[in-house]
Amino acid sequence: MSEAPVTQIVACTNGPLLVRGDVEILDADGTPVPRTRSTIALCRCGVSSIKPFCDGTHKLIGFTTEPPAPID
Amino acid sequence: MNTPTTAPSQTRPVARFDARGPLSARLLSALSHSPDVAAASLRDFPSDIAEAIASAPSVMTDDDLQLTLFILYGLHYGGVVDADDRWEWNPNTIAARVTIETAFERELRAAVALPELPVPDAGAVAQALFDLTSDDGGPSLSKFVAAKASREQLVELVVQRSVYTLKEADPHSWAIPRLGGRAKVALVEIQADEYGGGRPERMHATIFARMMRAMGLDDTYGSYVDNVPALTIASFTMMSMFGLNRRLRGAITGHLAAFEMTSSIPSGLYARGLRRLGFGDDVTRYYDEHVEADAVHEQIAARDLAGGLAESEPQLLADIMFGAAACLLMDGLVGQHIFSEWSEGRSSLRLPLENADV
Repeated sequence: MSEAPVTQIVACTNGPLLVRGDVEILDADGTPVPRTRSTIALCRCGVSSIKPFCDGTHKLIGFTTEPPAPID
Repeated sequence: MNTPTTAPSQTRPVARFDARGPLSARLLSALSHSPDVAAASLRDFPSDIAEAIASAPSVMTDDDLQLTLFILYGLHYGGVVDADDRWEWNPNTIAARVTIETAFERELRAAVALPELPVPDAGAVAQALFDLTSDDGGPSLSKFVAAKASREQLVELVVQRSVYTLKEADPHSWAIPRLGGRAKVALVEIQADEYGGGRPERMHATIFARMMRAMGLDDTYGSYVDNVPALTIASFTMMSMFGLNRRLRGAITGHLAAFEMTSSIPSGLYARGLRRLGFGDDVTRYYDEHVEADAVHEQIAARDLAGGLAESEPQLLADIMFGAAACLLMDGLVGQHIFSEWSEGRSSLRLPLENADV
């Protein structure tokens, strides 16, 4: 039986990326972003006020993870 | 055997709050003695409760019934009344609790409008819960708090919240051994975060207690029970009922999902209101923490907890949605009460605060 990977990322439908496991988060300058909980949600709608973390605002802007219609 | 049918007349104070009628007075009086001495005085308590229920327009808003139920749950939680621990499983207190619960649950089921049930698939259940919780029709208390509420109103709000929040997460923890597999893992993952992730000072109830102290309030459990209306107590007794009854494990699961889904955005607005009024990080931290925490919890609660339970026990699907809808109903009623009292220039509290350093 193979061991599950140490880190897991769940791409939540119409929501954030849920990250479980040991991972270091750095900002653009390479400075570590403090992490205070073992499972975190990373913003992927772009409007969170606490980026890189999710603050739930994606629910107010109609963010969807459905792929957009193909461009002709 | 010759047992007394009324409680011995000498009673000692057992709670930081007062009775709200004959039922809660009788219970507090019995609890001031040992069950050996006073259990018989509660022998016909359930039938007296049934009579009171029959003449009460609503269990949800009845002060005496809600406080009685609150005290009975307090025997299970601890820290609510200073009574002999054996009262917790005394047949008379259990019978009293079940009598109120039966009527309370019936009233809730009649009041809650169930949405159309999704298929018992985790993704569909999560979507149905997100849809349900996004449909918020009432006036927004959190927006008012962010923009307009006074310092006194924010203190009131914290007092209203303290009945549950000083025991934050406990009502849902009753459900842990009643679930299995994916749903159990999800609930434990959420609760571990609620309880500080191994750091006592990060426990949410502890952060809330710190906020109360920083606002000049007493963080001893029960200090403000006298001040809050029956409805506020009902929001806590409802989740306690869902958590403590194994048959209602679907409802407590749906309740937690809805609770988490309606928390992160309002928490951000509460924090904004507190900052506007000049409160510091020691006060705002509780709400700041919930913006981030509940954006995580809502995902786990929707998909893995509620969705996972619906997949493993599809017969609980209706109760999952009932629990979620009941959470929204109750929060809506409490919010409406506070909002409408404030709109009329009144306090939302049942009794004014004394000695509060506001």
